[in-house]
Formats: sequence, C-alpha cells, structure tokens
Amino acid sequence: MSIENDERTIRCLVAKVGLDGHDRGAHVISRAFRDAGFEVIYSGLHKAPDDIVQAAVQEDIDVLGISILSGAHDTLVPKIMDGLEEYGAKEETLVLVGGVIPEEDRDELEAAGAAAIFGPGTSIEETIDFVRKTVSDGRI
Amino acid sequence: MFDEQELAAISQQRESWEAETLDPSLERGERKERFATVSNHEVDRLYTPEDIADLEFDEDLGFPGEPPYTRGPYPTMYRGRTWTMRQFAGFGTAEETNERFHYLIDEGQTGLSTAFDMPSLMGIDSDHPMSEGEVGKEGVAVDTLRDMEILFDGIDIGDVSTSFTINPSAAVIYAMYIALADQQGVPRDEVRGTLQNDMLKEFIAQKEWVIPPEPSLEIVTDTIEFAVEETPKFHPVSISGYHIREAGSTAAQEAAFTLADGFAYVEDCLERGLDVDEFGPLLSFFFNSHNSIFEEVAKFRASRRVYARLMEEWYGADEPESKRMKFHTQTAGQSLTAQQPLNNIVRVTIQALAGVFGGTQSLHTNSFDEALALPSEKAVRVALRTQQIIAEESGAADIVDPMGGSFAVEKLTNEMEAEIMDYLEEIKAMGDGSVRDGVLDGIDQGYYHREIQGASYEYQQRVERGEEVVVGVNEYTIEEDTSPELLHVDETTRDRQLERLAQVKADRDDAAVDATLKALSDAIERDENVMPYIVDAVKAYATMGEIMQVFEDHHGAYREEISPV
Repeated sequence: MSIENDERTIRCLVAKVGLDGHDRGAHVISRAFRDAGFEVIYSGLHKAPDDIVQAAVQEDIDVLGISILSGAHDTLVPKIMDGLEEYGAKEETLVLVGGVIPEEDRDELEAAGAAAIFGPGTSIEETIDFVRKTVSDGRI
Repeated sequence: MFDEQELAAISQQRESWEAETLDPSLERGERKERFATVSNHEVDRLYTPEDIADLEFDEDLGFPGEPPYTRGPYPTMYRGRTWTMRQFAGFGTAEETNERFHYLIDEGQTGLSTAFDMPSLMGIDSDHPMSEGEVGKEGVAVDTLRDMEILFDGIDIGDVSTSFTINPSAAVIYAMYIALADQQGVPRDEVRGTLQNDMLKEFIAQKEWVIPPEPSLEIVTDTIEFAVEETPKFHPVSISGYHIREAGSTAAQEAAFTLADGFAYVEDCLERGLDVDEFGPLLSFFFNSHNSIFEEVAKFRASRRVYARLMEEWYGADEPESKRMKFHTQTAGQSLTAQQPLNNIVRVTIQALAGVFGGTQSLHTNSFDEALALPSEKAVRVALRTQQIIAEESGAADIVDPMGGSFAVEKLTNEMEAEIMDYLEEIKAMGDGSVRDGVLDGIDQGYYHREIQGASYEYQQRVERGEEVVVGVNEYTIEEDTSPELLHVDETTRDRQLERLAQVKADRDDAAVDATLKALSDAIERDENVMPYIVDAVKAYATMGEIMQVFEDHHGAYREEISPV
C-alpha cells in the first residue's frame, strides 16, 4: 500500500483487545484522529485478537491503534501481529500500541512489529504527527 | 445567614476595595485570563458573604450527624475514629493476595479491599479462551469457592470488613463470601463489608458486563433484598462515581450520574415493595477525588446534601440512617503520570486531603507507580503512609468539616448542588418521571457516553493547548529513565490457576453442581430472588463462569452499540 498521493485519506482502526474496558483513551484518540482528517473505525470492547485481525483485514486499514491497559499486552499484541502476518497484512499496517506498557515490555512489542508505543501522557499531536510522517514517508 | 444591612455594607466595602486596591494591581495582570477547576468550572478571584447570602444555616448546613449531612454523616467525624484506610489489593492467585492481605493487616490497615482480575470481573473462568493473558493480571483470579477459601486463609471474616470490587459477577462473589462465613461459623448477620455491585455505572463508564442493563439491575435488587434479610451489616451495593470520573467526566457529572444510579436502585427496590427505611441504610457510595481540592470538597458536601434531601422528598425516607450518605473515596488514578512518578505522591496527598476535608468514610490512596504497572509493595506502603500522616500529623482529622463556612467552598457547594440537580431533573425527564427508566434510557441512547466523552475530549484538548498544566508532562519536563521497581505478575499464575480449577472440577460432585444450576435457572424463570440459589451453587463448587452462563442463557449477552466517532 505505497503512498499514491498526499490526498489519500488515512484509514485507522482503533482497537480494544481482551477484556479491558478502559476505553477513555480509545475514544479520545478516535475523535482526535477524526478531527485530523483520518477515517476512523472503532472495534468496540471485549474483542479477541482474531476479531481485531479480521476487522483490520476486511476494512483494509493503514493504521491499527491498539489501546490496552489491562497488562495483557504481552500476550494479546503478539497474537494480533501473528494474525496480520497470516493474512499478509503485517507489512502494510502501521501498528501503534497505546496504554500502560512497562518499559521492560517495550522491546518485545517492538520486536513483534509495533511501530510505536505511546504511554500515558503522550500528546495527541505527537501521535498524529507520527502517523502522518510515517504515511508520507511511504513506510506503509 | 447574614443580615441585609451587614451584607449591604460588605457589598459597598467590596466595591471600594475593587476600585481602590484591586484595580491598580490588575494593571499588572493576572497569571491567566480565566481560572477554572479540573472540570473547567470557572472560579472567582475572591468570595465574600455576598456569595452565600441565600445560604440557610439550618436547611443547607446544619450540624454534622444531622440532615442534610452537608457537614458530615457523623457528629464527631474523625475525632471519634479516623476513616477506614482501605487499600485495594489483589493480584495473581489467591495465595499471593492472601499474603498481601496479611501484610496490609500487619501494617495497620483496618479494612480489606479486593481487586479481581478481568476474567473474574467479566464472569468467565480462567480456562475461557478470552481469559488468555489476563489471569491474575489486574487482580486476583477467583473461579470457585476454593479460591475464596484460600484468599481468606488465616483471616477470621468475623473480625474484618471486606470490600469487593466486582460488578457483573458480584452476586457470585457475595454468595462465596456468605458460604465462607457459614464454613468459618461466623453468623451471617455479623458479616461486614461492601460489594461494589453497581451495574448501572458499568454500562455508563466502566464497561464490564455480561447480560443487558435491565436484568443486571434486577440481580442488584436481589442482592439488596437478600442483604436486608440475611446480612444487615453488609453493604450490598456501593454506588460508584469513581469510574465515571475515570472515564473523563466532570466532578458534577460524576456526582449527578452516581446519585441517579443510586435513585434507580432505590426506585427498583420500592417497586418490589421493599421499605426505603429498611434498605436505605445499606446503600453506600464511592467517589473519586481529583486535583481541584475545593471543587472536590464541594462535590462531597453537595452530594451528601442532595442525597439527604431527595431520599426524603422523592422517596419518603424517614429514618436518619436512610438519608445519611456514606462513601468511600479513591484518589484519581487517571491524574497520575508515568513521567516523574514520585510527583504522584504529592498529587495523591492533595486528593486524599480533599477526601478528608470532604468527610469520606473510607479512603484508598493510589500508589505512585500506578501509571506504569500494578503497584509495588514499596509504593503501596507510601500510599498508606500518606493517609496515616494526614490522620496523625496534619491535624486535618481534628476539626469536623473544617472547610465549612468558607465563602468559597460554600458557594462552590451550592453551585455543585445546582449542577447536580439539573442533571437529575434531565435524567428523570428522560424516564418520564422515573429516574430508573431515565438511567436505562440514557444508557440505551448513548446519553452518558456523549456527556462523558465530550468532557473527556475537551479536557484533553485543554492539556494539548497548555491551558491545563500537568507537571512533568507538558511543563517542567525532564529527560528521565522511568524504570522504577515494578511488581511483576508471575507468568506461571495462569498455569497454577488452571491446575486448581481442574482439580476442583475433578473433586466435586458434578450431579450436585448440575442440580444447583438447574435450580438457579428455574428460579430465574419464576422471577424469584436468585441469591439463595447462587449460594447453593457456589457451595457445590460450581464455577463463576458456569453460574453466569445460566444468566446469559436466559437474558442473552450484552453488546455495546455505541461508536465513538
């Protein structure tokens, strides 16, 4: 999915995976992405990794933002990555992880294919800039 | 409270102060154009008796321990005894949490508070596919009565008051605790504690659910009815604004939506024919305490006042105990920063002080490392010590309602009350005169979602624009390596939990389990109170998931239909 022109609308799936119901961050980032001109789909709560993969593939998204605060990221995020890979969608999806991710777990998530991890206190602007820059660099 | 002549004189004096003293000083400007609380409620520069000219001492304030309880639910407040220091604990398996319970009791904690893991909260077992990665992570895993037995090993539940932070599956946990009391030989009417069990706020904010709102509400009412008869010292529901605030609401929304939920339970109980003066005393509340200290104090005081007034005016409560609002407070988890985590100790102290000035009955202080992971033992100790320092060293606990009579706080309390009443009237109107129907309708229509998301997004934008300073995040930042000593949940937790669950299933009498589950199903069919049947099921070692499945089979699973965008 190389970048054809700068006008293309960036398509994002904001996802909540696992049983975690803390969705304030997911809602805030969804609205912020929309206000930034992105097209945003929200997964809804309590989704299994496979539900997220199916939605990502069917909706042909550019950016997958996974919001997770339950501490289950080390199990669930790699499962999503594996699923994306199975569908050949891993390379063309920019995966961002937001939430409470301890420093020591970050390398593992990045190794699994997360492009960036945005912890508590990250500004919306920083996240949007990251997405825009990565997309315009043609990295997805 | 002030005579007219005196007020007129004060008014005149203020005007001349403004002209002669203030205005020249204002030429140099103030720090900001507009000063507001965390909830974006604008505050004035100065408050005078003019701001509270309408305040009636008897009706609006009165004395502590008397309606409307603005100044506190008890006459001596913390001079009698301090609030309950109830730190929330739970992680891993029952053994690990039991160890933490013993540690906290040894450190001087006076009440226990149990955190459950996500599968337990959602009413599924540790061996469910959706439980993968979540077992023992955010709290303790409880699948069967066996886990509960281990959780309280060496703890006489007749001696301790225990709070359970659980909702969709709260009735099952309550049943397990009763079964444990029966086992330990503690009479049911001596069992003390609190079950969170507030399903309405789950649909509004916390988002843990199994079945739809209306049947969920019915189970809550069953637990209240059961508590009145069987465990009169146990609070079957803690009506909770904490999560509403954490989801991003304002202070007024938190108080108003919580009160509305409380009144919905009251109306449901009344409809069932229960006596408000019988169940009223068992209701308790749970609030958040955020950074804007005066706004928070106003919120606590106004909530008590509104509750006392409306319990009497709307629901005919007669007994003081039915009008007296008692609440637990937790400092605002979402206010904590991952950046410069030690700063959180200061935030928590301010928030805890607001809770104490506001007259809370029990308090949980958050640990400074909570924006990073589950709290470590050291961080939990500092959090508990914070409460002890406030109680023992600061003098904050020595005066009843020390903020009472402050022109600013009384004015903010009045404004908070007005804002709460506007919301309550709006919700009542949505239900054509019934708060219960209004709350259910508001959930269905996405009313709460819109209100809370709006406030939350607006706050985030103020932070982004720098209008809200978050120390260490958008101001006073430093380069740092944030790697405090964190608590790690042992990766073998799930394996150990699955092993125990399998063992319990192997040891129990399956025919007896099936019989109790069938009896529960029949009780639901007959619209009977489900509590006695759940107690029987847990005693037969039916699992949490098996019991909740019976409800799902009858009522279907709930799915949220709201899109955030």
